[in-house]
Amino acid sequence: MSVTEADVRRIAKLARLRLSDDEVSRYGGQLSKILEAMAELGALDTSGVPATSSVTGAVNEPRADEPRPFPDRERLLDNAPEREGPYFKVRKVLE
Amino acid sequence: MSEDLTRLSAVRLARAVRDGEASAEDVVRAHLRRIEDKDPQIKAFLTLTADAALSQARAVDEKRRRGATLGALAGVPVAIKDNIQVAGVETTCASRMLKGHVAAYDATCVARLKAADAVLLGKTNLDEFAMGSSTENSAFGRTANPWDLSRVPGGSSGGSAAAVAARMAPLALGSDTGGSIRQPAAFCGVVGLKPTYGRVSRYGLVAFASSLDQVGPFAGTVEDAALAFSVVAGHDPMDATSARRPAPPARIPVPADLKGVRVGLPREYFVEGLDPEVERAIRSAVETLKSLGATIKEVGLPHTKHAISTYYIIAPSEASANLARFDGVRYGFVDRGAKTLEEVYEFTRGAGFGPEVKRRIMLGTYALSSGYYDAYYAKAQRARTLIARDFRDAFAEVDLIAGPTAPTAAFRFGEKTDDPVAMYLSDVFTIPSNLAGNASLSVPCGLTAGGLPLGLQLIADAFQEERLLAVAGAFEAARACLFWPGESPGNPSK
Repeated sequence: MSVTEADVRRIAKLARLRLSDDEVSRYGGQLSKILEAMAELGALDTSGVPATSSVTGAVNEPRADEPRPFPDRERLLDNAPEREGPYFKVRKVLE
Repeated sequence: MSEDLTRLSAVRLARAVRDGEASAEDVVRAHLRRIEDKDPQIKAFLTLTADAALSQARAVDEKRRRGATLGALAGVPVAIKDNIQVAGVETTCASRMLKGHVAAYDATCVARLKAADAVLLGKTNLDEFAMGSSTENSAFGRTANPWDLSRVPGGSSGGSAAAVAARMAPLALGSDTGGSIRQPAAFCGVVGLKPTYGRVSRYGLVAFASSLDQVGPFAGTVEDAALAFSVVAGHDPMDATSARRPAPPARIPVPADLKGVRVGLPREYFVEGLDPEVERAIRSAVETLKSLGATIKEVGLPHTKHAISTYYIIAPSEASANLARFDGVRYGFVDRGAKTLEEVYEFTRGAGFGPEVKRRIMLGTYALSSGYYDAYYAKAQRARTLIARDFRDAFAEVDLIAGPTAPTAAFRFGEKTDDPVAMYLSDVFTIPSNLAGNASLSVPCGLTAGGLPLGLQLIADAFQEERLLAVAGAFEAARACLFWPGESPGNPSK
């Protein structure tokens, strides 16, 4: 499994990661090596085997939808790099 | 008390504080002095909350003076891995991305420690976002193994393991996604428990791989691990995957013998790549279990050889989704050079995450991307089913599985940092238990000729922690092979 530089740039775009040229070439080599090691899974016969996403058999268990005040709203807002009053401040979304 | 308070077990300390033999303040001061003395070399802590710890300790002492009943961990100092939220204290996940991020609430496990009158000392180092096996991936420097300062403490909960091993805290919390509690416990010569998936609430644990993550304790004795586990375990409506099981008892009696206990040795765990010294130590530990009356039986876990590939597809896939929230808008770091919203995301994530985190996000994004999903992610989820079935079949024949925690003792700094695949292989014996969601622990079982600690891993079926801790307790009592490193070997006094 060879991961090309074009593959790395495509994946980095999907993952919203800016990479330097250096990183692009390094990750290309490392991902190739990792995926090569994982290619062994291809030989495993999984026909008729269901997928496991939850091991305990538990299903999603929503709690009652009752609003409760959060004890420290200010702290949450203060963790944002930029805020304006009770809002997170972001760059323009639509041009 | 005339005894050195850092040499007492958590159970003993809580009793001393409840009985008025020692004040909580004295207990905390003794551990803060120890930290001042030892941590400049070991660097287990990222944040020390000495003032808060002293005021918590005084509050416990005040409560006792009032005649109120004290909690199960009265005055016992605890260190917390820095991916678990403690209100008012920074949670960094050892990442530039969260530098300066102050928790707005307590994780449920932390709230339960506080309710049990434990005292929180501070936050411990880890591999960035818990991704790693050596704590070398921390953005804020490396933690040394207290047994040999030129070696890693293991990871990702390396700071918590080192803090307990160096007697800076009698208890610590960590998280275990693929071995991050058990492997550092083995490398540092302490007890580390990974509870069953869902047994301890993950509310307030920064998510890495949500179908695998579990919180658990580090301790100097099995009894201490059981006590800490009983405090933090139990159903929590704030975690949708929390199991509806009551918390286990605070004290699990150590059986006098192990008659009637069937222990399985997986033949797949004694293979090439296992250090001969580790193999000898594990075989000798198994002899001890046998001499206690346990029946030893070889079992098969035939899909073990696929566990690493399965894990390193599933965990990075889940991580790539979980870490999407770090976007330069709501938490910590932002790259100020970004002009557009798109650039805010890309520049912030490119500069805020370290190399291993980016590597795993890339790997996960690749495995989930269109055209590759079936070959990687869907395939790995099916392989996971086969690995879980291996355990189900084995537990039809035996009560427990015994084997090595890690294939080697602690390795040197830099030994595996250039080779991600070699680093991933150090998790080969711990990963299967996360994939199957069962309960497992590492208990010290001796030293190498070079004086490095080794861990025996015991694995039990889901929700069988009591049996796991009882057998580990019997083993510990029979072997007494816990020794603190360095100038003053010994065992925590019970």
